[in-house]
This record gives sequence, C-alpha cells and structure tokens, in this order.
Amino acid sequence: MTASATTGSPVRARATSRSRSTARTRPNWLGAIGGFVWLAIIIVPIYYIVITSLRSQAGFFSTNPLFPPLSPTLANYALVVQNDFGLYLVNSVIVTVASVVVTVAFALGAAYAIVRTRGRFVRSSFSLFLLGLAVPTHATIIPLYWFITRVHLYDSLAGLVLPSIGFAIPITVLILANFLRDIPKELFESMRVDGAGDLRMLVSLALPLARPAIVTVAIYDGLHVWNGFLFPLILTQSPDKRVLPMALWTFQGEYNVNVPGVLAAVVLSTLPIFVAYVFGRRYLVSGLTAGFSK
Amino acid sequence: MTTIPASRSGAPLRRPRPALAPLLAVPALVMYVVFAILPLGGAVVLSFAQWDGLSQITWAGLGNWTSVLSDPVTWNAFVLTGKIMLVSVVVQTPISLLLGVFTAGRQRYREVLAVLYFVPLLLSSAAVAIAFKAILDPNFGVAAALGLPFLKQDWLGNPDLVLYVVIFVIAWQFVPFHTLLYQAGVRQIPSSLYEAATIDGAGRVQQFFYVTLPQLRNTIVTSGTLMVTGSLTYFDAVFVLTGGGPGYATRLLPLDMYLTGFTANQMGPASVLAVILVVVGLALAFVLTKFTGFARMQSDQEGV
Repeated sequence: MTASATTGSPVRARATSRSRSTARTRPNWLGAIGGFVWLAIIIVPIYYIVITSLRSQAGFFSTNPLFPPLSPTLANYALVVQNDFGLYLVNSVIVTVASVVVTVAFALGAAYAIVRTRGRFVRSSFSLFLLGLAVPTHATIIPLYWFITRVHLYDSLAGLVLPSIGFAIPITVLILANFLRDIPKELFESMRVDGAGDLRMLVSLALPLARPAIVTVAIYDGLHVWNGFLFPLILTQSPDKRVLPMALWTFQGEYNVNVPGVLAAVVLSTLPIFVAYVFGRRYLVSGLTAGFSK
Repeated sequence: MTTIPASRSGAPLRRPRPALAPLLAVPALVMYVVFAILPLGGAVVLSFAQWDGLSQITWAGLGNWTSVLSDPVTWNAFVLTGKIMLVSVVVQTPISLLLGVFTAGRQRYREVLAVLYFVPLLLSSAAVAIAFKAILDPNFGVAAALGLPFLKQDWLGNPDLVLYVVIFVIAWQFVPFHTLLYQAGVRQIPSSLYEAATIDGAGRVQQFFYVTLPQLRNTIVTSGTLMVTGSLTYFDAVFVLTGGGPGYATRLLPLDMYLTGFTANQMGPASVLAVILVVVGLALAFVLTKFTGFARMQSDQEGV
C-alpha cells in the first residue's frame, strides 16, 4: 500500500518533497494545538500512574497528586514482587506463548489448504472461519465453562490456552491466507514438478515466505491473549493459576487503599509490553492493525 | 482414489501423492469448532435449560426467554449498549480521524507525538480500568491536583455521569488504535491529488474536505464497523471500573450476561442474553459488511 507512494519516479518524488516543504513554511497551528491537547489527555493519566507508584503511602495522602514525589520509593514495587508477581508473569508467558505457537502452526496449515485447493470441504471451512470474525467471544463463555469443567481442565493453564486458540484461529487463518495468496503459483508448481509434497511445500516454501505475516499475526494474537481478562476470570480460580490481568484485579481488591501499590502493579504488568514497544515498535504497530489497515 | 491408473504401455505411472492439502485445514478447524462454534450452539441449548453452574442441568422450556425478555433490566442493558455504541462512534471517529491526518504528516514533532499517542494500547483493559479508578478519585486523583471544582465529581458513583466516564475511558483506550488506521489510510492517498488541488488553489481546509475526507471513505467504514461490533464486547474495562453499577447504570449487555450467569448463578437466562448478543452481533456485522462491500466496489482511487 505504502509502496505505491515510494515507487514513483524520482522526478515525482522530488516534487512531493517540495510540496511538503512548502507546507512546512505555513505551520498548521490549529492542528498542532489539537495534537498537544490530545497528548495531554494521554500523558497526564500515564504520568499520574508512574509518579504515584513511586510515592510512599503517607505521601499519597498529603502531597499534590501531580507533583513528583519528594522522596521517591521503590517500596511499592517490592510489595508487588513479594506478592508472587513473578509467578503471574510466568503464567502469562506460558499461556501466551503456547496459544500463539499452536494457533499460528494450525492456522498456517489451514491457510495453505485454503489457498492451494478448491474442494468443497476447504471452501466451506473458509466461510466458517469468516463467520467466526463476527461472533462475540463473550457469548460463548457459559457453554465453555460447562465444557472446560466437564473435561477437568477448570482452573488449569491448559484450560486457558485451548479456548484462546479456538478464538484466535479465524482471524489468523484469514490474514495468513491473504498473504499466501500473493505467493506466485509458479513457485509451488516448480516444487511440485521436483516431486515435493504439500508438507514439504508448506515447510520450505510457504513458511519462509510468509514470515512477515507470521510475525505480524503472532503479535496480534499474543497481545490479545496477554491482555485477555474474560477467560481467566471464568476459567481459573486459584492464585497459582493467575495470569497478569487477573492478578492485577485481585491485587486491587486486596490492597484497595494502597493506591501507590496498586499502580506499581499496573506499571509492572505493562512493562514487558512496553519493552517490546521500545525495541520493536514497527512490528507492534503492524501487529495491532493486522488485517484492518487495508 | 486408491486405484492407481496405469499408462497404456503397462508401465506404472509415477505414484501420485495423496492429496494432503485439505487435511492441513483439519487441526485448525477442529480447535475452532470445538472451542468457538460448538459453544455457540451450546448457548442456544442452555438458553432453554435451568442450571446454576454446579448441579444437574434441567429442562426449562421457554421460561428463560419469557423471563429475560420481560425483565426491565434486559431492556435497560439494550438501551445502554445502544447508547454507548452510538456515542462512542460519534466521539471516537472525529478525534481518531483528525489525529490520523495529523500524525500522517512527516514533521518530526508529529512523529514523536504519534509514538506517545500509542502508549494506551500497551496497557491491558484491566490495567486501564484500575488506573482510572485512582485517577478519577475526587480526593486523591487528578481533579484534586488541578483544583478545579467542576472536576471534583464522584465520577464513578454518580449514575448520571458514570456512563459518560465509561465512554471516555474506552475512548482513551481505543482512539489510538483507530488513529493508526486513519494514519495508514491518509498515507495511502496519492500525493498527486494534493498537488492537483494545490494548483487549483485549494487551501488546507478545502484539501481536507475535498481530497482527504472522500479518500478516507473505506477507512471510515472499516473503523466504524470495528467500533460498532467492538462495543458489543465492552466488558473487561467496564467490569473492573464499575462492575455494572452504580445500580444498573453501566450494566451493558455483556455485563448483564456475566452477572446473571456467574454472580446470580442463573446460567439459563444468561444464555438467553448470550444468544441475543450473538444475534445482534451477526446482524450488525451483516448489515455493515453489506455496506462495506458496497463501498469497496467503488475504488478509492477511481479516476486517479
């Protein structure tokens, strides 16, 4: 999409940059003001979260909430870490990684089948996947709860992973199928002539070529599972099965009055994604808008 | 399938490989059907049953349906969901559109701002809701710091205000995402259109209304569709922020379903609400994609 803008002739590219520079001579004050107003709306809450998490509890009640703390403390963070933060982090990582790996592996197979065959079975499963995009997850939680209890997976990490896969599959299949469709057919054909079967072509042709789409869709799925709240709320119970969003919620219930402590937990739970953002902003942005920015 | 045709000369042809490709769809299909499609059918079945979540499931006939549909709480949830859907689209669309156009500019400061605008997307809904509980506190939150009396409201305790607070928090969380969509949309507009408009003497405002806005038609439809269908699933943030209260002031459809099922232990009526949620979701998606499909027929770049 953006390629069309960059593939223009050099003359045109130069013309574009000239028109941009003339635009720069007339600054858009109104736009800038609006932009900074929104920045304030975004940043003030975040600033409040961070500085409050560094405040002592006594400081929280006595000083102006928007002034930086006179004597910043990490005690709140220590409290959060002592409350099994590490365990919840590990749980979140396990659930997210397991869900994403299985989802992408299965979805890649399905996407390959959809692109490479045109049987009735494959076509009707494609429409079934399309349907899945419109179904709100929330509507299925009661039967899911019944089912997960029945198969004795209630209150287990596997019980979180399985439905997460089920719900991530439709969008993942569609994004990957859209991508595989753009691989030239000749590549597949020449491999077939060389005697390669479907599995070979999937692993040594589709997989490497689809890597950018796989990264994008893995981030999209990963963020959804990582931040998911509903499945853990309904399908888990005991403290040692808590994932981060759940831990945050229960921590807030237990330490209701300790606002700095609660906000330190908010900061810590966001830290892994924040680090990912700092190092891979481009991938994160493409992952978030996966399938929508067409 | 199992008989291998021999060539006329009698020599066996190279054995054709079995058609494996369709089978590659099976694992994904099984996971999806078992954990997403069958539960959907399960919700329909359970909507005619009586179940408290623990003991035996018994048949209830149409009882759940009549009781849910005659319950004013249900209709309240409907009205609230409709309201939040409408107001969210009306509030979020112009903000995201303008911010998207703004951040599509290549000026350095705008690129820096775009990086910062993105930060709310990094927080989970639970984290956002918990943070805003503290921020909105009339005594220790941001209002206390700024010393502005009209900000010192009991934002989450006042039933007349709380719905708008929820709408604000949701906008805070999701506008960055829609801004990204619009930013990508604006960057796809061919610069030749702006050059032509400039030659024709169009100013910045005219360019916005006569070039940018019409060119963003598809993005507006996509973003709007996502906002509408997304508003049926506002659960996490609202649940943590208000729990559906005070009273019934923010008891949206998904919350009504959850609270009926898992707090009041009435899985039958909750399943009725689940089915309603699916039907509304599918109906909205159907209507909107018809509309989108129509919009896609006419290319954005027609005549370029």
